[in-house]
Amino acid sequence: MNTKLEYKQTVSWILHLIQQIRQRLKIWLDPVLLEQLRPQLQFQTSVLAGFALLAAILLGLADLATRGVIQQRLQEDLQTNLDQVIPAAMHDNNLLADSVMIDSADAKLGALQTEVYLAKMHGEVKAVCFKFTAPDGYAGPINLVMGIDSNGEILGVRVITHVETPGLGDKIEISKSKWVLSFNGKSLDNLTVEQWAVKKDGGIFDQFSGATITPRKVVQAIHRGLEFYRSHQTELLNSTK
Amino acid sequence: MNLSILFSKPFQKIARDGLWDNNVVLTQNLALCPLLAVTGTATNGLGMGLATMVVMLASNATVSVSRHLIPSEIRIPIFVLLIAALVTLVDIFLNAWMHELHKVLGLFIPLIVTNCVILGRAEAFASKQPVILSMWDGLMMGAGFTLVMVVLGAVREITSQGTLFANASVLLGEGFSFLETTFIHDYKGFLLTALPPGGFIVLGFLVAAKRMLDIKLSAAKKTVTEIVPESVVNGGEL
Repeated sequence: MNTKLEYKQTVSWILHLIQQIRQRLKIWLDPVLLEQLRPQLQFQTSVLAGFALLAAILLGLADLATRGVIQQRLQEDLQTNLDQVIPAAMHDNNLLADSVMIDSADAKLGALQTEVYLAKMHGEVKAVCFKFTAPDGYAGPINLVMGIDSNGEILGVRVITHVETPGLGDKIEISKSKWVLSFNGKSLDNLTVEQWAVKKDGGIFDQFSGATITPRKVVQAIHRGLEFYRSHQTELLNSTK
Repeated sequence: MNLSILFSKPFQKIARDGLWDNNVVLTQNLALCPLLAVTGTATNGLGMGLATMVVMLASNATVSVSRHLIPSEIRIPIFVLLIAALVTLVDIFLNAWMHELHKVLGLFIPLIVTNCVILGRAEAFASKQPVILSMWDGLMMGAGFTLVMVVLGAVREITSQGTLFANASVLLGEGFSFLETTFIHDYKGFLLTALPPGGFIVLGFLVAAKRMLDIKLSAAKKTVTEIVPESVVNGGEL
């Protein structure tokens, strides 16, 4: 009984508040009054500041509301990407939970530290995969993920995000073209350094008509990724947790 | 609200202006940057057009609501601020709650800010007109833009890849996979129309076709009524 009364009071109070705000707004947003105010410098400054504040608050709130969700979506994306470059039959552990941080400041992978996910079968490392970046793509950084088996051969490469030209450079995506599959099975051992380049530069990988820079930078980044793996190979393969 | 208002004179005129008479691309020749960047395929054109329409609807609404508040001296910075904030909001929300769609469109969403027609409509229409009319204007201008994007995308996609509405199911959901058609199998491709210059050339043909149709239509009208129509209003330029 008591709560019902309180509820009714709250509702009527809110209605009253809305009524008051409406009346205030009617006075504040009165076209005649605003007509007089608009030429004043103080008014103009406050309006501009007010709109900037409003936009900042809106964006801040939207960021707060979506940050967790976006983070979760990115984790899901990462899981999907890892599954694409490491066959499920090769491991019995949870990749996202089994990783080591490796110092990669000298490897030019776009980050000071790289998180390497370990694919283990019965506790033994069968393959590794990690995210890395080609920082010098045509229109901006290209984020990639690559899986490498214990012999140093590429199991798969996928582009996670990029800002390359739609219709030209975006053929590095698996959904647009099968180009990234041409890296499968390649390693530092079965290709020479010269062969690790696009055809235009004397290598074996296709470039796209209308876009050479994008695939060139991707090939170079993948080569750097393989070198990074080789320099940490023993360390990674022997890591048990 | 009574829906019959949408068929009243001013609403009809706005719809005609947005979709045909004062079309963003074909008549005003605005918004060419996102247009040429995105219309490689009809699906991309459709997605970009719809996103632009949403932003234009929201920006026209907010500008119109606060039109008495905004002094004309600082209107441009305020409009730019509002549009940039709205585009960022659309980007964030799509990323969080329509993630699959965002993966397809994510590249293009920031390009909406470069679309001068949104600023143009805020300036030329929404800052002087009531809210409902402004929203209708944003919707119709956006629809006209979307229309051209889809047609241009379709022509370029068919000539460059031999397909139509490829990947439509990624954008619109599995139910729309029936839209995906392949016209020419084992088509080698015609690179020119895939590249921006080809987009310009196809756009030129579209503009020419529209002009020709307009001349034919007005000639037919003249012979019937003997009245010269004074309805061609170029109120859209910035």
